[in-house]
Amino acid sequence: MKKVAVIGVGHAKFGERNDVNVAELAFEAIKPAFKDAGITPKEVGFAAFGTVGVWYEEPLPAVVIAEYTGLTGAGLVRCEAACASGSAAVFSAYSAIVSGYTDIAIAVGVEKMREVDTLTAVELIGRAGYYLWEFENFGMTFPAYYALHATAHMEKYGTTEEDLALVAVKNHKYGALNPYAHFQREISVEDVLSSRIIAWPLKLYDCCPISDGAAAVVLASEEKVKELKIDTPIWVKGVGISSDTANLSKRESYVGLTASVKASRKAYERAKIKPEDIDVATVHDCFTIAEIMAYEDLGFCRKGEGAKMIREGETEIGGRIPVNIDGGLKAKGHPIGATGVSMIVELTRQLREEITPRSRQVSMKNYIALAHNVGGTGHYCYVTVLGR
Amino acid sequence: MAVSGSVLKSRPLNISYEIPITKTLKFWEGLKEGKVYATKCKNCGALYFPPSSDCSKCLSSDMEWTELKGEGKIETFTHVIVRPATFSDEPPYTVAIASLEDGVRVLAWLTGIRKSEVKIGMRVKLVAKVTDEGRLTYELKPI
Repeated sequence: MKKVAVIGVGHAKFGERNDVNVAELAFEAIKPAFKDAGITPKEVGFAAFGTVGVWYEEPLPAVVIAEYTGLTGAGLVRCEAACASGSAAVFSAYSAIVSGYTDIAIAVGVEKMREVDTLTAVELIGRAGYYLWEFENFGMTFPAYYALHATAHMEKYGTTEEDLALVAVKNHKYGALNPYAHFQREISVEDVLSSRIIAWPLKLYDCCPISDGAAAVVLASEEKVKELKIDTPIWVKGVGISSDTANLSKRESYVGLTASVKASRKAYERAKIKPEDIDVATVHDCFTIAEIMAYEDLGFCRKGEGAKMIREGETEIGGRIPVNIDGGLKAKGHPIGATGVSMIVELTRQLREEITPRSRQVSMKNYIALAHNVGGTGHYCYVTVLGR
Repeated sequence: MAVSGSVLKSRPLNISYEIPITKTLKFWEGLKEGKVYATKCKNCGALYFPPSSDCSKCLSSDMEWTELKGEGKIETFTHVIVRPATFSDEPPYTVAIASLEDGVRVLAWLTGIRKSEVKIGMRVKLVAKVTDEGRLTYELKPI
């Protein structure tokens, strides 16, 4: 199989970006990605756009953004895998190179979620499951879907609201050091516990914000990496993808996400690594419980011991596997189509050891990083392993 | 943190989808009669709730209707405090997933109980309901 490397990355500021439209926001990520790769838009054979849309005005974002950023003429596709749309775009671009279709492809993740009011955004995300059976009559929200898991996890394993709060505290601590993050301030356990209930037992600070944002990665074949004399290519070592039922009522359990287990095992097998080889990971912490379940589902610890990992600081810098050192979805923000691409941008920079401020740089032993991106409530899962 | 900008307000668009229920009509009609139906595959025996008119296990379309007894216990639940825009007129509600002795799980509102008294493992019954606005639905109630 052809080898594929990340050769350029770009990231827009996440947050409430009502100063730019979707194409202008994507431009903020795409231009630096081209500059980083040392290429022009005309050299790109295929461009994949991860974006869910519906909260912004453009129904065909791929063509609009392509025109705005000089990509017109390249092969285009818009990828949807809910909150894993960005990873779906990365996979689509990766596949275009692996298949031999092109030697340079770009994956762009972008979302503009703040062009509608908050409760309309809550509605549009809540509909993303099985509308007919779980929203039409029952008004499920995204926090509610994860709250169902939190309740079950707390009952079965004794995970507490304080444990959940520790995830938010850790991710805000690192988000405060990330200039691209939506929230750049530290919070305390007390702040989390005293914040208002959104979907019991999840409170406001257990939830990621509704964000605008964009990220872009340029991928290239091994031949192109040599031709362009890329000094630090970051290789895609393996990708694992899986899915689960649309109806939550058809799941076997509510203490984990089966799609995460399946996708990660496929990724480990393809990349020929074990969880203990990972130097740094970004996991899908749309809610605090999601990060604890991710530790378990990805095999970072045994099932039921996720809360122990956060309590003992094992996922902080200096711990066994530093997780979400960019602030995670929780503090960096979660513009849903951008998130998967943003993870690859962060991990590429970590693997290149070029993170600033340096206090946020993880020290590398094996130069292996993992991105775990969930769409919906474990409806989709993409796990991508990168290596230097 | 929020960057303040000027905005152009787009043309509004109100959409309501007309969802076909021809193949599951007996289910919706059943709710009016106080019954909750599932479907069963005549070929492989798989039971479906929500009802499905095609079998995803063996791909047969030879299905029969079967009324659920509807008794079971709560597997997990949440109290939805921040509601979506189209549910803003509803007071906060409890959503639970129950596993029924019939052999299926159901996600629905849990009613007729104080929020502080809801517990995993408690016994519930699935009942059909027609709301005051005429919407056909079903709920879980403690037994």
